[in-house]
Amino acid sequence: MTPSEFFTVAPHWTWWIVFYFFVGGIAGGAFLIAALLDLVGGPEDRQVSRMGYLIAFPAISLGLIFLVLDLNQPLRFWHMMLENHTFMPSFKWYSPISFGSWIIAGFQAFAGIAFLAALVGPGDKPRSGPLRPFHKIVYGMGFLSKLFLILGSIFALGTAGYTGILLTVTNRPVWANTNLMGWLFLFSGVSTAVATLILLGIRRKAIGEDLLHRLARFDDWLLIGELLLIVAFLASIWEILSSGVLPATWYTGWGLVFAFVVIAGVLAPLILTIRSRSLTRSSATLAAVLVLLGGFALRLVAVMSSETIHQLERVAGG
Amino acid sequence: MATMTQTPARREPHGFFTDTTVCIGCKACEVACKQWNQLASETGGQQPLSGDSYDNTQRLDGMNWRHVKFIEQFSADPQRTQQSRWLMMSDVCKHCVRAGCIEVCPTGAIIRTEFDTVVIQADTCNGCRACISACPFGVIDINENAKVAQKCTLCYDRTTIGEQPACSKACPTASIQYGPLNGPNGLKAKAQERVQQLKEQGVDQAQLYGADDKIVGGLNSFYLLVDRPQVYGLPENPQLPSRNLGPSSALTTVGAAVMGLLGLVSLRKKRMDHFAGQPADRER
Repeated sequence: MTPSEFFTVAPHWTWWIVFYFFVGGIAGGAFLIAALLDLVGGPEDRQVSRMGYLIAFPAISLGLIFLVLDLNQPLRFWHMMLENHTFMPSFKWYSPISFGSWIIAGFQAFAGIAFLAALVGPGDKPRSGPLRPFHKIVYGMGFLSKLFLILGSIFALGTAGYTGILLTVTNRPVWANTNLMGWLFLFSGVSTAVATLILLGIRRKAIGEDLLHRLARFDDWLLIGELLLIVAFLASIWEILSSGVLPATWYTGWGLVFAFVVIAGVLAPLILTIRSRSLTRSSATLAAVLVLLGGFALRLVAVMSSETIHQLERVAGG
Repeated sequence: MATMTQTPARREPHGFFTDTTVCIGCKACEVACKQWNQLASETGGQQPLSGDSYDNTQRLDGMNWRHVKFIEQFSADPQRTQQSRWLMMSDVCKHCVRAGCIEVCPTGAIIRTEFDTVVIQADTCNGCRACISACPFGVIDINENAKVAQKCTLCYDRTTIGEQPACSKACPTASIQYGPLNGPNGLKAKAQERVQQLKEQGVDQAQLYGADDKIVGGLNSFYLLVDRPQVYGLPENPQLPSRNLGPSSALTTVGAAVMGLLGLVSLRKKRMDHFAGQPADRER
C-alpha cells in the first residue's frame, strides 16, 4: 500500500470520459480490423472492412465531442494542440493527454479518408467525383495504399490504448498502481470492435460463415488475453486491494461490476464462441452483445472505481 | 492573472518556509489569500461547521489556496497520562522542484516562473483536469467561478514587484515566511537553525519536510513538522506521475504488437482459398 496516493484528489473524470473510452476503443478497433481484412483478407471480406471504416470515423468523432464536453472550458479544446499565446503547435511527449490528442488527430485523418473511400459502394467504381481521390488512396495505390492502412492501424492502436496510459500516469489509487491498463484497454477495445462488426455484419447479412469464424477466432484470442491481463491487473493492484483502507462498499459496489466484466463480458462470450463447431449466428450475436456490455462495464469500473475514492487521506494518514 | 508570453530572466528561487510550531490557527493567511486573489466564498460567507476541530475549510482546492489544518492529539485517557497537544499547519501548494502537474499538463498552462515557482495560467487552462490527479499532495482543483484548474500562485503578481505574498504578509507569528530559499540568509538555513533550536529544547521530532531534494526534487514551499508527515496530511513518499509513463507505454506497445500478430493470424484468408479462383480485385 502506498499511502502517498491517498493524499491526491480525483480529477472528476466521469461519464463523458467513460463513454469516450468506450467509443474510442471501438473506433480504433474497427479501423484496425478493417485494415487487417484489407491487407490479409479476401475480396469477400471487403463488405465488412468497409463497415469498419464506416464505423471508425463517426465513432472517433463522437468520442471527440465527448472529450470536448468533458472540458471545463470546452471552447478552449484547441489549446490541446496549439499554444494559445503564439498559435504554435503544442506537443509534450511525456503528457499522455498531449500525445493522445495528436494520436487522435492523426487517427481521425486516416479514419476520415478511409470513411470517405468506404462511402463508395462495393459495386461502384468512382472514376470521377469528389470521393475518387480518397478511394484511390485506400484501394488503388498498391504499396502506398498498404502503407496507408498500416500507418492508420498504428494510430488506431494508439487511440485504443493511450487512454489506459493516461490513467496510469497519475497519482490516483488503482490507476497508478498498475501499468497494465493500456494493454487491457487495447485488447478490450478491439474486442468490442470485433463484436460491433459481428453484430452489424449479421444484421446486414454482410458476413459469411468463413469470416464469422475468423472474427470469432480473433475475438477468442482477445478474450483469452483479456482474462490473463485481468489476473495480472488484479495482482498489480493487490497491495491496495488488501490494504484495508478502502471502504467495504467500494469492494461490494465496484467488485460486482468487475465480476460482471469477468463473467458476463469475458468468460461467457468465450464459452459461447470458443468451439468452432457450435458457433452459430445466434451464439455469435449473443457473445457480441455480452462483449460490448463487458467492454463498457470495464471502462466504467476502471474510471469510477478510482474516482469514487475520496476523502480517505485521513484514514491513510492515521 | 498574469500571462507569460516570454520567459523572464531567471531569478533566485523563492518560496515559503512554514514553521508549524508557531502557527496559532488564526487563519489570517486564508483570509488574506482569499482577499488578495479575489477567491469568492462558496457559501455566501456562511461557512457551515465541519465538526472537524476548527477546520471548516477542509481542503485545498481551486477556491481555497491556503488551508489551516488543525490536528488534535488528545489522549482518550481521562488521567491525561500522555502529552496532549494541538498541531496547526497552514498548508499550500508546494511549488515542487519536479512538479507532477507541469509534467501532465497538455496545454502548457502550468509554467515555472523565474522564481522557480509553479503557476497555472488561467487563460490557457482548458479544464482537462489532468493536473488534479497528478498532484501528489491534492493541492489543485477546479475553481468553479473561473472554470479552470487553480491553486496558489505564490502571489506572482505581488512578488514580481518586490512585494511578499499576501499570506506571509498577514501571518502574525511568522509561521509563514517568504524569501530566497538558498544561501546563508536563505529560508533553508533559517529552517535548519530553527530545527536545531527545537532539538536543543527537547523537541526531538522536529524535522523539515521538503527542504532537501528527497521529496520530488525538493519543495519550494517546505515545512517544519514535529510529528510524522502523514499526521499533517502530507505524504511520506510522494511520487511523480511520470514514473509510470515508460513501463505503461512499453507494455501497451507490446500489447499492440501481440494484437497485430493475433489479428494477422486470425483474420488471414487461407492461402488455398485465395488460389481457389477468387479474384484479388482490390478495386471492387
